[in-house]
Amino acid sequence: MTVLDARVPEGPIADKWDNHKFSVKLVNPANKRRFKILVVGTGLAGASAAASLAELGYKVEAFTFHDSPRRAHSIAAQGGINAAKNYRNDGDSVYRLFYDTVKGGDYRSREANVYRLSQVSLNIIDQCAAQGVPFAREYGGLLANRSFGGAQVSRTFYARGQTGQQLLLGAYQAMASQIAAGGVTLHNRADVLDIVVKDGEAVGIVTRDLLTGEVRAHSGHAVVLATGGYGNVYYLSTNAMNCNVTAAWRAHRRGATFANPCYTQIHPTCIPASDEFQSKLTLMSESLRNDGRIWVPRNMDDARAAADIGDADRYYFLEEKYPAFGNLVPRDVASRNAKTVVDQGLGVGPLRNGVYLDFADVIARDGEQVVREKYGNLFDMYERITGENPYRSPMRIYPATHYTMGGLWVDYNLMTNVPGLYALGECNFSDHGANRLGASALMQGLADGYFVLPYTIGDYLAPKLAEAPVPTDDPAFAAAVAEVDDRTRGWLAKRGTRSVDHYHRELGKIVWEYCGMARNRTGLEKALSEIPALREEFRANVKVLGSADSTNQSLEQVNRVDDFMEMAELKVRDALHREESCGGHFREEHQTPEGEALRDDENFAYVAAWDWQGPDRPQELVKEPLTFENVKPTQRSYK
Amino acid sequence: MSTGNGSGRGAAGNGHGARLRLKLRIWRQAGPDEPGGFLDVDAHDIPEDCSFLEMLDIVNERLIDDDIEPITFAHDCREGICGTCGVMINGRPHGPESATATCQLHMRKFRDGDEIVIEPFRAASFPVVKDLMVDRRAFDRIIESGGYISAPTGTAPDANEIPVPKDVADFAMDAAACIGCGACVAACPNSAAQLFTAAKLGHLNVLPQGQPERWRRAEAMVETMESFFGSCTNHGECTEACPKEISLDFIAVLNRDYLKAKVKNRRLASQT
Repeated sequence: MTVLDARVPEGPIADKWDNHKFSVKLVNPANKRRFKILVVGTGLAGASAAASLAELGYKVEAFTFHDSPRRAHSIAAQGGINAAKNYRNDGDSVYRLFYDTVKGGDYRSREANVYRLSQVSLNIIDQCAAQGVPFAREYGGLLANRSFGGAQVSRTFYARGQTGQQLLLGAYQAMASQIAAGGVTLHNRADVLDIVVKDGEAVGIVTRDLLTGEVRAHSGHAVVLATGGYGNVYYLSTNAMNCNVTAAWRAHRRGATFANPCYTQIHPTCIPASDEFQSKLTLMSESLRNDGRIWVPRNMDDARAAADIGDADRYYFLEEKYPAFGNLVPRDVASRNAKTVVDQGLGVGPLRNGVYLDFADVIARDGEQVVREKYGNLFDMYERITGENPYRSPMRIYPATHYTMGGLWVDYNLMTNVPGLYALGECNFSDHGANRLGASALMQGLADGYFVLPYTIGDYLAPKLAEAPVPTDDPAFAAAVAEVDDRTRGWLAKRGTRSVDHYHRELGKIVWEYCGMARNRTGLEKALSEIPALREEFRANVKVLGSADSTNQSLEQVNRVDDFMEMAELKVRDALHREESCGGHFREEHQTPEGEALRDDENFAYVAAWDWQGPDRPQELVKEPLTFENVKPTQRSYK
Repeated sequence: MSTGNGSGRGAAGNGHGARLRLKLRIWRQAGPDEPGGFLDVDAHDIPEDCSFLEMLDIVNERLIDDDIEPITFAHDCREGICGTCGVMINGRPHGPESATATCQLHMRKFRDGDEIVIEPFRAASFPVVKDLMVDRRAFDRIIESGGYISAPTGTAPDANEIPVPKDVADFAMDAAACIGCGACVAACPNSAAQLFTAAKLGHLNVLPQGQPERWRRAEAMVETMESFFGSCTNHGECTEACPKEISLDFIAVLNRDYLKAKVKNRRLASQT
């Protein structure tokens, strides 16, 4: 039975990280070059880690499946990045950011990690500004801030609506300077398809070259996964098309426990799907809810255009149910209520799968010009995608999967339970509990890469000073390479009848229907019978054309969908076992009389980490109890 | 196209659901050293609400049904920010709509019966990988040569120690909005990469943080660029094709800084 030791340092919460930095083992500067570290993924977490480790003197090999590291999906983050700078003099502090994050996570995160995140948030802004990230400025030349959901202070730094892009370019450029200096060797178009574990320790990875199909082993003293989340298990999400769970899932199959897979964040304001052909969903900034009013027609047979429907026939469901917060209730509450009205048949649009987000009142009050100045780029984007002019008719929105809080279990050092294997950024589970606050994903990715891993990885490496990496002709590598090669080529031999995308879409429908915004036992049990059946059909009947020895996008995708097929089942089982509602996990059986999420702290205040038992047996549940010594859990209410 | 007064709840209230029949001529090329040619596709029943890449998805699904290998094309975020996608559409990078990446172009911009010629970005420094996918790694070489500000992790002063005038920050951001898609190179008769390089250089060279390495950066980036790409002769096609509307002004910044750098770097060298 796997035992999880979170290795949280002793002492008061404010001293833990300092104490820990002093107590971990160090590798002296001259010896760092003797260690090789493999970093998988070049988004915010991976690129910042690769750059920082190379600056320290470690030999780093970085891997991305993209043509360039700059394409990682961190680039799509719009809103901003939090930091407890208190530049606005409005009462912010490290403790307040910590408090807001633990509360926002609905008391399902690890306090010590969150406090450290909040502490290093200060350094991140300094670091990024020094790199030349063009943050928004006031006329005096100092940094500007905006406020963001779930906080009463203005602590969010931003670069127009492209904060993720600018932070990623900063981290990518830092890494590029290390590539030029020889500290980082970059492998692009390298798809990581397995993690190699020998004598219980991570010793390397297996990649497939996406241009030539060559399957290769790479060995190192440690392996760092910064491979993002698993939102594409739903097929339709705001994730990029190629985001996948494969590296993390393969690590799980090699012994790394996977924590809280049922925690998924659904973003309330996305453009609804318009047809079966839809390949992804586009997010519209949450800031629109500041001025837009959300409604549906009261009568499900009302076929009139929105403008022709009088106030009496409009159902402003958030304003009616939550008079105090109205359209500004938190993401999960807004999302669930939109689902409720659409499920009741009140949805709008050609597929009746959305709700109106109406700007008519604010345009009448402030004029079109004011609205254009605030939201012009978003309105343009909406029109580009839908062909509808939101100045004339209301936007149609619907919630979509956006971020996954669960991921590989890690200890305080960000190491998984497999020694030598680390997980950073969205790929791990540690800081957001059951729900992530806005502008906190970028913060966590960069915290892990710039300011946590470079300190903690030495603790594992120091005792290995005399050890060379395991050679890639070792039987452990040879076996893993053969396995990847067989698996990949095996798909071409199926000669089935349906495409990879077909099965991915079908999987997404099941997971969205039964393990999306709201879950219940009956639905989850249905999913548990449907997913294995679909997986079996997929494995027997998928059709992949072309060759394994050249560029083949279907072949890239089929391995990923195969892993989603397994991951989905675990996600559903996790959702079924967690008999409570918390954050992004809403079990309909567990709600307050007002319809809010009802936690069960007595029985479920733990991290659910799942331990792989082989392909034919379900994972075993391992619990890491969560204790709250600083922030007292309370019930959320937005009435 | 767009409605006057609201979409209404029912289907097809404002033209949603219209279907197009298109004559596609799609470039196919098995590999970098293989000969290429056009595949003619009669693409019927294409929803006007789908994006250009979703149209290709539909075509690919049908090809797979017919046991023909699907068309390879680069794509990822499909929201116009990652810069992965990009094809020539009737001879124009990213197609007919201005300030729009291929993934954000929607089929309602085309008419029933249109012929659409789809090719990869054409440039000697962007070799075709397969079909519509090209290799743009030369861009990364330009960045590695100097497209960064050296600020090793942990060395930074407090962020507000370095004030940046708002108009300078805004100007830098205008440049930094570049998504690195390569449309500028594909649009240029000389396959020059001035606009990309100028955007990256301009972003860093106007900021106070970028001053210490300014001249070294200008010289290194421009010379690396010239080792891969053609020369700029001020056609301005690049900025027309740019999905982020990066301004030609940045090329002026690049030219100025490169010229100054040649003088300054030489003078500094002679002093040592």
